Formats: sequence, C-alpha cells, structure tokens
Amino acid sequence: MTTKPEMTAADIAKAVAGGKLSALDATEAALARIKQHDTILNSFTDVTADRARAKARAIDADIAAGKTVGPLAGVPFAVKNLFDVAGLPTRAGSKINRDLAPAKRDATLIERMEAAGAVLVGALNMGEYAYDFTGENVHDGPSRNPHDTTRMSGGSSGGSGSAVGGALVPIALGSDTNGSIRVPSSFCGIFGLKPTYGRLSRARSFPFVASFDHLGPFARSVTDLALAYDAMQGPDADDAACTTTRGLEPTTPLLANPVSDLRIAVAGGYFQKNVFPEAVEAVSRVAKALGATQVVEVPEAARARAAAYVISTTEGASLHLDRLRKRPNDFDPAVRDRLIAGAMVPAPLVDRAQKFRRWYRAQFAEIFKSVDVLIAPATPCTAPKLGQVNFTLDGVELPVRANIGIHTQPISFIGLPVVAVPVPLEPLPIGVQIIAAPWREDIALRVAYALEKMGVASAPSPRGI
Amino acid sequence: MAEPLDDYIDAVSKALALPVEQAWRPAVRANLEVSLRLGRLVDEFALPDETEPAPVFTV
Repeated sequence: MTTKPEMTAADIAKAVAGGKLSALDATEAALARIKQHDTILNSFTDVTADRARAKARAIDADIAAGKTVGPLAGVPFAVKNLFDVAGLPTRAGSKINRDLAPAKRDATLIERMEAAGAVLVGALNMGEYAYDFTGENVHDGPSRNPHDTTRMSGGSSGGSGSAVGGALVPIALGSDTNGSIRVPSSFCGIFGLKPTYGRLSRARSFPFVASFDHLGPFARSVTDLALAYDAMQGPDADDAACTTTRGLEPTTPLLANPVSDLRIAVAGGYFQKNVFPEAVEAVSRVAKALGATQVVEVPEAARARAAAYVISTTEGASLHLDRLRKRPNDFDPAVRDRLIAGAMVPAPLVDRAQKFRRWYRAQFAEIFKSVDVLIAPATPCTAPKLGQVNFTLDGVELPVRANIGIHTQPISFIGLPVVAVPVPLEPLPIGVQIIAAPWREDIALRVAYALEKMGVASAPSPRGI
Repeated sequence: MAEPLDDYIDAVSKALALPVEQAWRPAVRANLEVSLRLGRLVDEFALPDETEPAPVFTV
C-alpha cells in the first residue's frame, strides 16, 4: 500500500497498525512531499528526517514483534518552531533564539504525540515570537497559502496552516494566544482546535503571553483533530497553568453523537460587524446547516478585544524586555516597535484589563446557561495578499494586520474552547469558530464533525501547489 | 516638532533602560497611541473594587 497526499491520520494509523502500510513508508512519503512542495510553501524551518526514520523503524519493529501500537501509529506530524525539539534551538520565529543551546528534551505535547505512535518530521515556520497574524517572517520568509501562494497563510502558526493545508503532513501543532491557530486554519482551509486555557500542557514551548497562551492541533479532518487532541490531554506538573482538576476526557468516541440536542446560536453584534461578504456567507451556511436561528449578543466584546490587546502587548514586552535592551536590531522591526510600546503602557491599565476578564467571563457563564455553542467568524476575510497593508470594508480603508484577529481575540481572552472549521468557498476557503463552554471541547468537536459529515465544512485540496 | 508622547517615551525609556532610537520613534509612538487608546476603553469600564483578575478557569 502507498500513501495518498491527503490520506488522513486515522487512515494511516489504521493501515500501519493493520500491517498494510509501514510507518517508514508513511514517513518517507511525507518527507518526499515536503521536499517536493516546501520550496514553494516555505512551511518548514527544520526537517528532522533522521529522527523520523528512526522512530518509524521502531514502530515497524514493534508491529513485527506483535506489540500494541498507539492510535497515531506511523502518522507524520510537525510542530510550530516554538515547541522544544530535542537537538534544535527553539527559535520561535526569531533570529535571536537561534543562539540558544539546542533543546535537551521535547515539549510535553511532542512526547505525548510520539507516545501515541506519531512521527515528528520537523519544525514549522511562524511569525516572530508569535506576535503576528500574517504568517510572514522577516528572517525565514513567509509561509505561503497552499491555495494561492501569493497569499498569506495566516499567523502566527503560519507554517502549521500551510503544511496541513498543503497536505504535507496530516497533523501539525501550533499555539494560539489571540487567534494563532484559528487564523491560519481559516486562511488555509483546515480544522484547528484551540482548547480551553489550561487543558493542554505548554511545557517546553516558548511563551508569548502567559495569560492567553494555548497549544493545540491542526488537521484536515475532525477525527484527526480529535485523535491528536485526545493523545495530548493530561495533567503536567511542568506547566503551572495546566489543569490538575480535569481528568482525561476523550472526545473521539463522542464525535458521532447527534447534535440535535444542542442549543446553538450565532454570536451577534460585534461578531457581525467588520466582516467581508465571504465571512457572512460562511457563518450563514454553518448556521443554516445546524438550524441555528437564535442570535446572542456578547456584551462588551470590543472592550474584551481591547483588554486582550493591552495584556498581550505588555506581557509580551515583559517577556522580551532584556532582549529589547541587548539585541533590539535583531528583532523584526515591526515586532520590536510594538513590544517597546508595550513596555510603556501604564501598569493600572494592565491590572484593569485583567480584572475586566473576570467580569467578561461571568457574562459568558450566563450565556452558556441557555446556549451550548456559539458560532462566529474566524477571520473577517479570506487570505489577503502577502505584504498587503490595508483592505477596504464598507468603503473604509482598514489596516490588515490589526483587523485579522478581531473575532478571535475576544474568545481566547477568557480561554474558551474553539474549533475553527473550514468552509470551502470559492476561490478561497474561510473559517468559522465553533465556540463552547469551558472544558467542553467535546461539544465543539461534535458540532464540527456534524458539519463535516453534512459537507458544509471540509479541507479543500491544495490548489496552489 | 515634538509629539505629545515624546516626553513620556523619553522618560520611560530612561526608567527602564530601554533604548529607543530616533528612527524607531514614530513607530513606537504610533503603537503606544493604539495601546493607550485601547487601554482607555478598558479604563472607562467601571468595575467593583472587589474584582479579582481571572487568569484561568478553575471549575
């Protein structure tokens, strides 16, 4: 058996476990696709071919010896280059971090993916220090959109979106502070899960904004997304924010449960403003398919976005303060100037922004008493052109970078779980956020699965490569 | 001509020993203006004195 470019992780694992496909062949196929297409996509910064082949051979040896293998046996995956990969400096999209000593140990989530049988094939391009929504990088060049390589992949997990959207690997991992999983998912036309804050360990990944940093998976199908998510769950003493109160809550067995009992509404007000017609169309298709007619107003979402901005720029500045002093010219100038400004924001504004989170969280707790799922745009538009500075909406010219994440920021601000589902519009896909109550990733994934089965959400074949 | 935030930028730059070269100043100032505008939006929202920050979901 040979692999096909868009073979799902579930199908690869089934074929490998069943002896129809070797893990080594699955790995070689991914490495060949990376070699063939990544000169254009520029999604990988490191390809760990030797390590991948060794891991694949070990899996094949286990199968030959009759040992049980994990649910992701032989599945190639890659990680945003802010994850520690043993033997590589964790560059986090920067020039400066390349001078760090190589990581001694993999990030927890890589260890858990590999414990489930997955095979790490490399590290992925990203916006510098994750302070980005475009997928562009001044040091490594932009990761490109697999459906139109003149367009943005979205950021900051741009390489993750590009690699999965381009079907180089079936699963990638990324991080989401203000939208960095959901934005590339939207632009690249794939599924992405930003779990509840604290659900998945961030141990041995390079941070950005401790209050908002989440890690999570990207995939081309909801089943693959759930398989990866389930493999990575569990407490971890190495991440102070990782939950110790929630046990393992597998979602894969629940995916096919009906969604007819769920109360699903469309997020109104703020979430219906500043959107292009394609975002309106995508939300409308999802709402119609789910029979969602109720519109729920989310109070003070604009203020939540403002508070998320203030906390991000100040916590980011604090993280990088010494690097800003010692190596300011080694930053992307745009990132440096934002971070320096962040260091100058008066502390009371940050404290008030953090306190506002509690008020805002309470509003969502009320909403979730009568609603199980909220639907909202993932991005206001499909992927802009690389380097594009402004777009015109309702006759008003707006800056692209500042507006890409306006619908994701008020959600990650309080850590709600979200699945970004791709709606395959022409000529470019666009994502919709399926938002659930805290710790109810299972519900968001169930709804995403239902949309996939209805044909409303799907990852289109890459057309740009 | 000096901009209204320039004195503030100079003072914080000194207080934090954080260099701001002249060439960067317009972009730093523009970013700070955005941060302060958004910060004002947060500032204007009245909160009870007892309000605690809410960094994580504990239940």
